[in-house]
Amino acid sequence: MALYSEKVMDHFRNPRNVGAIEDADGIGEVGNAKCGDIMKIYLKIKDDIIEDVKFETFGCGSAIASSSMATELIKGKPVSQALSLTNKAVVAALDGLPAHKLHCSVLAEEAIKAALKDYYDKNGIEYDHRLFPDCASCGHCCEKS
Amino acid sequence: MNSPDGCKRIYVDNAATTKMSKTAINAMLPYLDGIYGNPSSLHTEGQRASEALVSARERIAKCLGCTAREITFTSGGSEADNQAIVSAARLGERKGKKHIVSTAFEHHAVLHTLEKLKKEGFEITLLDVHENGLVTPQQVADAIRPDTCLVTVMYANNEIGSIQPIAEIGAVCREKGVIFHTDAVQAVGHLHIDVQEQNIDMLSLSAHKFHGPKGIGVLYAKKGILLSNLIEGGAQERGKRAGTENIPAIIGMTAALEEAYEKLDRNTEKLTVLRDKLISGLSEIPHSILNGDAKHRLPGNVNFCFEGIEGESLLLLLDDKGICASSGSACTSGSLDPSHVLLAIGRVHDIAHGSLRLSLSEENTEEEIEYVIKSVKEVVEYLRGISPIWRDLVSGKKEFMIK
Repeated sequence: MALYSEKVMDHFRNPRNVGAIEDADGIGEVGNAKCGDIMKIYLKIKDDIIEDVKFETFGCGSAIASSSMATELIKGKPVSQALSLTNKAVVAALDGLPAHKLHCSVLAEEAIKAALKDYYDKNGIEYDHRLFPDCASCGHCCEKS
Repeated sequence: MNSPDGCKRIYVDNAATTKMSKTAINAMLPYLDGIYGNPSSLHTEGQRASEALVSARERIAKCLGCTAREITFTSGGSEADNQAIVSAARLGERKGKKHIVSTAFEHHAVLHTLEKLKKEGFEITLLDVHENGLVTPQQVADAIRPDTCLVTVMYANNEIGSIQPIAEIGAVCREKGVIFHTDAVQAVGHLHIDVQEQNIDMLSLSAHKFHGPKGIGVLYAKKGILLSNLIEGGAQERGKRAGTENIPAIIGMTAALEEAYEKLDRNTEKLTVLRDKLISGLSEIPHSILNGDAKHRLPGNVNFCFEGIEGESLLLLLDDKGICASSGSACTSGSLDPSHVLLAIGRVHDIAHGSLRLSLSEENTEEEIEYVIKSVKEVVEYLRGISPIWRDLVSGKKEFMIK
């Protein structure tokens, strides 16, 4: 069996929504180069809808595929729905990821949350801080080492 | 080389393993089919196998410059490394010598064995390999103590290809009366090796790195060095390695080694030209750096780091273009840390993740090298285009680490 599902390879080879948004309403960047993966998500939000979303990723095949899939899952959706996107939903949509690559889907979820938090902060919108746990708390990264 | 679906494939991962040579395959066939006896059996079938074993041992010994008695067949390089180190440690222990000198960028077959001995109370000194991936005989001399029982330094590094001054290190060890082992898995069949001339007491080799079969290797141990068993259960290999001898693989390895020795000079000449063409082509990629010494280097090894990208995605996209390569990125290993070899030569994590190893064989052609250069350039440029790190580097938000 190949390392990755066909879905993963498709999103890796032909990533959707890749690039940057110059006048983004929210930008989130998670991960670090030391670990070998960084994801950056750009959001354009209008009337509480994710009008446009773009990503840039430094990382392995599954990191690129996870970002691509995550952007597809939230594009055109209400902010509340984007906020509730889980890494499990990303994994399911990709037809699974190898166990040691699951953290890539966690990064995708975190990157979107980070971008939404940035949007809330920039616009002075009140939010429940518990929705945005500290990135370093997830423990997947070597950030602490 | 063609894939099963007929697409052209370019195999440049010969440090991982090589394609078996026709000579080796043909040499093996009779021992899979007709001469299948157990060399320990008294009947004619067994004795024919036994004769083949005796002859193979002599031929291997001749290639390495030692005697047949000094050759032990193992399951490969890892077993040979394990047995060499454990044997020297046991000999040292008896004399109260529990210090071992090695280097920071050995293969894990060596490093993990040393880790195990450390837990038993051995002291391990790992020498710095510098940015060029070379240790000096002086470093070894300085590290040897009265209680040193073993120096183990690899002949040539499997990732960055740097070739160590083995004869000189061996001379230092001789002078100080310390056993010297070298993991020569990447070197045998590719470099001129003579254990006597080069002052080597123990040497590990693996057949599948020089177009022989997998699952077979050799531990050379100089006469007088008593080996400790890793595998008990029979009188094979003078009682030092139990298990019915893998005759077909041993014969295949012997044929492959003789062929490699015969073609060595021609291959070195050809490979060096291809290697240097590849290095010069990839050096044109901005913010890239060659890993390992440019001169003291295996004739088929090329290893680069490209800033701003990650190795696994690089490998997957090269595979799509028909190129089989390898990387020291963490993501290709399943661990969080990138290659310990790249870290040992001082590459920081961020840079080490973006590494690419291309290891050539004499079957590669100039056209293939040109195609590889073109493809790597394209893929690196594409991946940098979608990398947030690259954006920060180009915009000046972060500083380039590779100038």
